[in-house]
Amino acid sequence: MTGVNRLDAPVGLLIDRTQQINFRFEGQDYQGFKGDSIASALCANDRWVISRSFKYHRPRGVLTMAGYDSNTLVQLDHEPNVHADKMMLSEGLNVLGQNYSGSLDQDRRSWLGHLSAFLPVGFYYKAFYKPRGAWRLWSSLIRNYAGLGKVSLATTQEYSDKSYAFCDVAVIGGGCAGLRAAIQAANQGAEVTLIDENTALGGALCYARTNSAESESKEIRQTLLAKVAEQENILVLTNAVANGIYSDNWVAVIHGRRLVKLRAKAIVVATGAMEQPAVFRNNDLPGVMMGSAAQRLIRLYGVRPGRSAVVFTSNNFGYGVALDLLECGTTVEAVVDTRENPTNSLTPLLKEYDVKLVTGANVIAGISTPKGDHVMGVEVVAQNRPLTEAFRISCDLLCVSTGFVPSSQLLSHVGANVAYDRSLATFAVSDIPSGIFAAGSVLNRHNLRTVGDDGTYAGSAAATFAGYKAAGNIQPPDPPDAAEYNHRSPIFEHPSGREFVDFDEDLEVHDLRDAVSDGYEQIELLKRYSTLGMGPSQGRHSSLPGVLIASESTGRDPSILGRTTVRPPYTGVKFGTLAGRSFEPVRLSPMHYRHLEAGAKMMPAGLWMRPAYYGSGNRDSIIREEALSVRNGVGLIDVSTLGGLEIRGPDSVEFLNRMYTFSYAKQQVGRSRYVLMTDRSGVIVDDGVACRLSDNHFYVTATTSGVQGVYQEMLWYNAQWQLSVDVTNVTAAWCGVNIAGPLSRDVIKALTNVDVSSSSFPYMAVREGFIADIPARFMRVGFVGELGFEIHVPSTYGEALWDVLMDAGKAIGITPFGVEAQRLLRLEKGHIIIGQDTDGLTHPYEADMAWAISRKKPYFVGSRSIEIQAKRSTARKLVGFVMPDADKDSVPEECQLVVRDGDISGRVTSAAFSPILEKVIGLAYVEFDQAKVENTFTIKFADGRFGIAHVTALPFFDPEGKRQEV
Amino acid sequence: MPFGLIKHGLAKTYPFRRDIPAPHELKDSYDVVIIGGGGHGLATAYYLAQKFGIDNVAVLEKGYLGGGNTGRNTAIIRSNYLTTEGVRFYDESVRLYRELSNELDFNILYSERGHLTLAHTDSALRSMRWRAEVNKHLGVESELVFPDDIAKLCSCLNLSDDVRYPILGALYHAPGAIARHDAVAWGYAAGASRHGVELHQETEVLSMDISDNAVTGIVTNRGRIKCGYIVQAVAGFSSLLSKMAGFQLPIRTIPLQACVSQPLKPILDPIVVSGSLHVYVSQSDRGEFVMGGSTDPYPLYSTRSSLEFMEGLMAHILELFPFLSETKVLRQWAGMADMTPDFAPIMGLSPVSNYYIDAGWGTWGFKATPVCGLRMAELVATGIVPDVLRPFALGRFSAFDLVGEKGAASVGH
Repeated sequence: MTGVNRLDAPVGLLIDRTQQINFRFEGQDYQGFKGDSIASALCANDRWVISRSFKYHRPRGVLTMAGYDSNTLVQLDHEPNVHADKMMLSEGLNVLGQNYSGSLDQDRRSWLGHLSAFLPVGFYYKAFYKPRGAWRLWSSLIRNYAGLGKVSLATTQEYSDKSYAFCDVAVIGGGCAGLRAAIQAANQGAEVTLIDENTALGGALCYARTNSAESESKEIRQTLLAKVAEQENILVLTNAVANGIYSDNWVAVIHGRRLVKLRAKAIVVATGAMEQPAVFRNNDLPGVMMGSAAQRLIRLYGVRPGRSAVVFTSNNFGYGVALDLLECGTTVEAVVDTRENPTNSLTPLLKEYDVKLVTGANVIAGISTPKGDHVMGVEVVAQNRPLTEAFRISCDLLCVSTGFVPSSQLLSHVGANVAYDRSLATFAVSDIPSGIFAAGSVLNRHNLRTVGDDGTYAGSAAATFAGYKAAGNIQPPDPPDAAEYNHRSPIFEHPSGREFVDFDEDLEVHDLRDAVSDGYEQIELLKRYSTLGMGPSQGRHSSLPGVLIASESTGRDPSILGRTTVRPPYTGVKFGTLAGRSFEPVRLSPMHYRHLEAGAKMMPAGLWMRPAYYGSGNRDSIIREEALSVRNGVGLIDVSTLGGLEIRGPDSVEFLNRMYTFSYAKQQVGRSRYVLMTDRSGVIVDDGVACRLSDNHFYVTATTSGVQGVYQEMLWYNAQWQLSVDVTNVTAAWCGVNIAGPLSRDVIKALTNVDVSSSSFPYMAVREGFIADIPARFMRVGFVGELGFEIHVPSTYGEALWDVLMDAGKAIGITPFGVEAQRLLRLEKGHIIIGQDTDGLTHPYEADMAWAISRKKPYFVGSRSIEIQAKRSTARKLVGFVMPDADKDSVPEECQLVVRDGDISGRVTSAAFSPILEKVIGLAYVEFDQAKVENTFTIKFADGRFGIAHVTALPFFDPEGKRQEV
Repeated sequence: MPFGLIKHGLAKTYPFRRDIPAPHELKDSYDVVIIGGGGHGLATAYYLAQKFGIDNVAVLEKGYLGGGNTGRNTAIIRSNYLTTEGVRFYDESVRLYRELSNELDFNILYSERGHLTLAHTDSALRSMRWRAEVNKHLGVESELVFPDDIAKLCSCLNLSDDVRYPILGALYHAPGAIARHDAVAWGYAAGASRHGVELHQETEVLSMDISDNAVTGIVTNRGRIKCGYIVQAVAGFSSLLSKMAGFQLPIRTIPLQACVSQPLKPILDPIVVSGSLHVYVSQSDRGEFVMGGSTDPYPLYSTRSSLEFMEGLMAHILELFPFLSETKVLRQWAGMADMTPDFAPIMGLSPVSNYYIDAGWGTWGFKATPVCGLRMAELVATGIVPDVLRPFALGRFSAFDLVGEKGAASVGH
């Protein structure tokens, strides 16, 4: 059996009575049907307390049955804060309530409710900070009381993905208005995507009872669904939540575990309206729910919401609720109507059932069972009569239908204005931006005929906007009629309190009033101070009474108080859904797998991976060995990650002259030249070499992590300069190696058609040719300070190049070397690494690079700043240093400080033990007057020791550069 | 149960005191007008009245108090900066913050959680060491820590090597704290108002009367007022306001977005920041994960939200905290960041003689609220630029005396 409250067919649109589902709630086994939500299955089993509230731990049951409220947030094994009234049952599901200590029914913290007098609004701002330091203790206690669900560290990311979709008209909401809009737009020829958050299309047509016969909405629904099914140009997404509308009609749709990113030419928002609780004492008791929630239980899930009911209403929907209850066997003890003289076609029907009709009266309190876990009656009093005249009606269900607010969240996302409208007694939407349309009860139209007309009208307008004209004239709908449905102010304060305005945060009427008297009058301040609307339901039910209470307390018109800003998402979206499969691009050199085969320890360099060193064992000694191999024999390093830029065109020289600090006019074809780039403030941002391959063609290198920025800057500047030059980033098209060391020429000379002899291929020359039949560019450059050739080949030949060179060098002991050895070798030569030996403020004079600046040309990026800096005194300077007393194991760490008289005067940027010099060497910024060779300065080590460094002329090794020029 | 709450529970009437005064008319003239009723403006007003005895002061706020970036930031307070100037300045702020609840008699929920800036590359590790060394030298608690220590400080962090950017180390800054950002504004507002400062919300400055290089009057939507001195503290709108006063600021205004999760029981204690992954995250006292990332890719005067931001941020959050994949986002929002070329603020004198600026607060303004308020008040009261503000003068941009703080910005921008 799936519950004492289960009703027979035909009610129960969503459930399949042939498929029973077993689940656990609070350790007890239950059964439901396929299609049940957790909450509907629990209600069917007469289980009404589903969770507990945030602040006072009050027992809570279903309120909306729509996933709009936070009353029934429950805990699953790996997911906290799940809407029990929305989450579909699945076999074996294990469900717990939230916010209790002990058990859901016996909460050890339910005493918190009795302390409410001592926990006024914003109580944590008023206490817990004396004596000094007290908050540290209190906060850990309060943190444990706060929070909703628990997250398990064992949770793993389930598969989720993303798709891109396009349509002419997106219709959001598949109720009467949305269906009519979709049909109309499709009729006009538009491709339509219809999105609905529910399992079944139809919105309120699935459960609400209009004024006439019960069958009316069912018939309308069938007709509209049939028309939608006929239209081939309507794509229907159900169980799909349009969770936000972002710039340019970019709709985020959560469809299961897929994030559908939908671009629509036009959008119709037909998201309906949310029925609102009335504010009276104990309005949060389990058994007190919206009229529409009772109808959802009955018609969607076939669950009887109670045995004896009172319906509290201000509109004719309440009468439909009463009839639905009667038809499912619930006794309706009374219909309490706030109106003096309600006119209603359903009244005679109620009379037939002998239902007592109490008009001109208010429910002012729910009466709780002694355990406090359910409603057992209501207190009713005639309007304008003292509370002493209140009378009681017993019941175990109170259905409230006193009014609506539009579900206008998505319209707020796109910047529409939502403010209180006195004439409609609810919020109204205005200033909807172009391309977005709305229809139905989101525009405060409730009459079914008007809703349908509005849908057709909006669907037509949206299709027209998207370029599909209507055949004839579409009549505009009747004006909004919400005034007939909304109580003007369903707030009934009670001397004993407990009239909840915000169920998420347990805020009572006096809390808001108190917050206003604390000075928080602006609606945003009221929200932030009282936490009104800050909970998971984001003010869906508290915003309207909040504005009304603030208005009454401040004497300001509710329509000018505005309302708090509504922001995305519409409903809670999982981190995993937004993240999707999380593509983190990684770039691999064409020789990557050769490095892995050689046992390389890889390290990230920008988006790339590069070998740090090869082999396992003592890192420092491996690096030193690799470096010595280059100095004494020959080494091979993969330089594929270096940026490569092709600069072609008659203005190439002029372009380089403007982008870089040097001058390139006299650079000969077949030669390379250093390039140094500064930004507009004269700060060094990149370097490399420019190889002149022909008069109008340069091949320029850039740093691994800098090339993307360099390329963007080049495009950005040339968009203004309009020079006749083409710039292409060819980093990925080329790969390359640097073969370096005294024996490097011996390795390549037999492999290439280029004459590599010293006389015909001197230092800084560039050649094009072949190596082992691979087309290649050869450059003689000297970053590591040895005879060396940089060989660039098309990327597809990367592995072949590596293999050829390793084979050819095998006999003489060629050694692959990594980034770390390269850093050491270049340090011995005093070459800087941009970003390590420079920082966000380093200009060329500080880095001793005045030699790289041409002062003869009229302009380069940063030249004006550098001119100004040249005239100022330079505060700091990058110098080389040696630590005469240090051994190889006490090398200063990069970024340790240079101190002088107790103040910071600089820092070490690079330091290492040089195996060839057998000295600790490094680069450091020091104050300008410390920078003279032979001066000493003090380095502060991590352990607080100080070391004396001697300023040394650069380079440390082979100062005449004989080794690289042989 | 603290005495304050017992007293409250037993009281017959509510409340004991009103924090923010009821709206009232503008006077014709004030000695000092502070434009901007956020944390900085309110703190300046508070210290002007409380410390320097200048109480003929009006704070003009075009919206509601604390409604700009004060109410939109992720409420992280730290002093682990890179430059000597920056560290000294923010360290003074941290020291003021620690005492602020008692100073203002208003609990700002200041919680020292510890602050981890993760390094995923060796260059990031280098800059962490640089910051640690500078901090330690200046007496600020910061140290470079490695994965074993990180595991102890933040057991829920994913320290696996099997991710795109494994964690190599971190800068750990024990004093790193979070606070309730709104409460900072309200506490200063309440304090300023107790000392006689007038707070005018919904009062927008429309233009300024300028003669002889001085502002003589301010035109608001509620009429014209005269003023002795003006302080501008309108983060996000700094360039627009300075333009009214007749000068330009080297600022680009770029949206910065953030978001919170639904509340969860406590699981994350420290504040965790990753520059490489463009993420910062902490868990608030309410239980929400408060998360932010890098600024938007282009300048814009709008606080609209974007989906791309959330997609990118969540991918990176899950790399650090994979167990949050089923946790839900509650809300996203944006503030406007006034970015300066050197990632340091602009405070002090302006080209207009009686007009002081407090601007260029990019993504780092909240943590400076107390020190900025105190020192700006000192500047207004004495006419002398306090030493701690001197490096942040507007003139530094033309004089090439920048304060390079880009390396200490929480995430890449």
